[in-house]
Amino acid sequence: MSISVQSTAVDGTSRQESGARLWAMVLHARELPLFSIGLLLLFVITGIFGDFISPHDPLRTNLRAVLLPPFWEETGTATYLLGTDHLGRDILSRLICGAGVSIEVGFSVIIVAGLLGTLVALLSGYIGGRIDAALMRLCDIVLSMPYLMVAIVLAAVLGPSKENIIIILIVLGWASYARVLRGEVLRVKEGDFIRLAVIAGASPVRIMFRHIFPNIVNTLIILATLQLGMVIITEASLSFLGLGVPVPEPAWGSMCAEGRGYIYDAWWIAFWPGVAIMLVVLSCNFLGDWLRIRLDPKFRQI
Amino acid sequence: MKAVDGVSYELGEGETLGLVGESGCGKSISCFSIIRLVPAPAGVIVGGEILFGGSDLLLKSEEEMDRIRGAEISMILQDPMTSLNPLFTIGDQVAEPLQIHQKLKGEGLREKVREMLNLVRIPSPEVRMKEYPHQMSGGMRQRIVGGMVLACRPKILIADEPTTSLDVTIQAQFLRLLKEIQHTSNLSMIIVTHDFGIVAKACDRVAVMYAGKIVEMAGTVELFDNPEHPYTAALMKSLPKAGMRQNRLYAIEGQPPDLRTLDSGCSFAPRCPRAMEICRKEYPPRVEINDGHTLSCWLRKGEVLND
Repeated sequence: MSISVQSTAVDGTSRQESGARLWAMVLHARELPLFSIGLLLLFVITGIFGDFISPHDPLRTNLRAVLLPPFWEETGTATYLLGTDHLGRDILSRLICGAGVSIEVGFSVIIVAGLLGTLVALLSGYIGGRIDAALMRLCDIVLSMPYLMVAIVLAAVLGPSKENIIIILIVLGWASYARVLRGEVLRVKEGDFIRLAVIAGASPVRIMFRHIFPNIVNTLIILATLQLGMVIITEASLSFLGLGVPVPEPAWGSMCAEGRGYIYDAWWIAFWPGVAIMLVVLSCNFLGDWLRIRLDPKFRQI
Repeated sequence: MKAVDGVSYELGEGETLGLVGESGCGKSISCFSIIRLVPAPAGVIVGGEILFGGSDLLLKSEEEMDRIRGAEISMILQDPMTSLNPLFTIGDQVAEPLQIHQKLKGEGLREKVREMLNLVRIPSPEVRMKEYPHQMSGGMRQRIVGGMVLACRPKILIADEPTTSLDVTIQAQFLRLLKEIQHTSNLSMIIVTHDFGIVAKACDRVAVMYAGKIVEMAGTVELFDNPEHPYTAALMKSLPKAGMRQNRLYAIEGQPPDLRTLDSGCSFAPRCPRAMEICRKEYPPRVEINDGHTLSCWLRKGEVLND
């Protein structure tokens, strides 16, 4: 019995067609979540430079310009693009400066909680034994607590302030990093290169930070991106309840709270900060998801 | 449960010892115990001595062991595909033992790395140094690991099934490389393998292990000529021979024993075609039957050795 194979030729396409096809391939292959990235960049830039780009002073009240609607409405003006609140403060300016608060709280928490969780994961996963058992029990305790409720209680006890919020959210946040990253550490530990590093005489500290850590950093980044949204929502919730950043400093959550009473007459006071929160958190989630799909399998293939 | 129960041998300078046995006989673990890398907390070294350079390794502190590992005694592992960190360049990885033990930096370090890569016959080391493991084949990776492991010129190299994952032609190349390096630097080697071909090619002496004990040990030629222990003889018999037509390959009946339920007799007795009453009752002492040829079997009498 013989098998014969005939070679087949593929038709070449014209240069223009293949150029367009290539471009489509590039866009598709990367499938960059352009909207999310764009929005988050806007968020970060606004948060950092808020004080400079804000059209008005967010704290300045103007009782002659109270409850003005956004500029496209009949009574709105271009001076106050998104309207004013019950004290005549410009919503847009407060929105921009509120971004700063969310950025500060958000990034502080994910960076510190992330690093703390990573450290716990490294010690737990690499050293094992009783340290692992103790740290994971601690993790379990933190993870089993109802996140928002505990945040509320702690904020009520410690008093509302930006710094307290950051500390509370770090204390509640490190555990999920630790759990997930410990799994990663255990996976990386299986690789022979770790044993070879031990054979080469590397100390445990060297192995943990030089060999294991870089191999789990991609998961850390994914987790941090996903957590950012959660932190921002929690901060907003706390501020909404009056337990977060104290009035009159603008924070998106407290802006929503302030607008609650006016929702039928001056919907814009609560609307804009609400939309802002939603868009930022959504973008964080999309970005985190995209990162997870993009980064993980690729690394595992090695 | 004793994964290793009474393994005793000496390794001279420049000598190569082969440790042969089936999977699970304890050969790898006994090697890890030399450098005290028995996976804790499950594994514990409960007795014995490991004498190196006049002192007992089992009495040394962890920091002292860190200094010995990589610099005096080193080890190659079986799987070259996971033996290198995927995130660092080849140069960085070969440099690591040099950084740890000799504290080299900068140009001196790069020079030494180049030297090691040349030693293990990696072509164009300058270019390769900047490349990543996933750009290399299995054979090259194993050679790079060799370069890493020999960078500080250890006195002993333990190779745990170093060629099992490699192609046959690459296997031969790698072994030849190891032997050449051994000749120029008087390196002592322990090669753990289940392949008698490698033993024949590379080892001066062989120890055959079964169920955590060494059952026979001799010079390579002597062992191939006179395999006294029934297990060794059976292993030799099951090797397919070139040029001979065989309808069925010989296989040793039965399975290696569960180490948790060992009886007091010889551990090979259940599978031994020549087992006697006494074999099932008492474990045979180690005897020396020839110069350098020792054996633990009731079938042969000789000068009893005290271990």
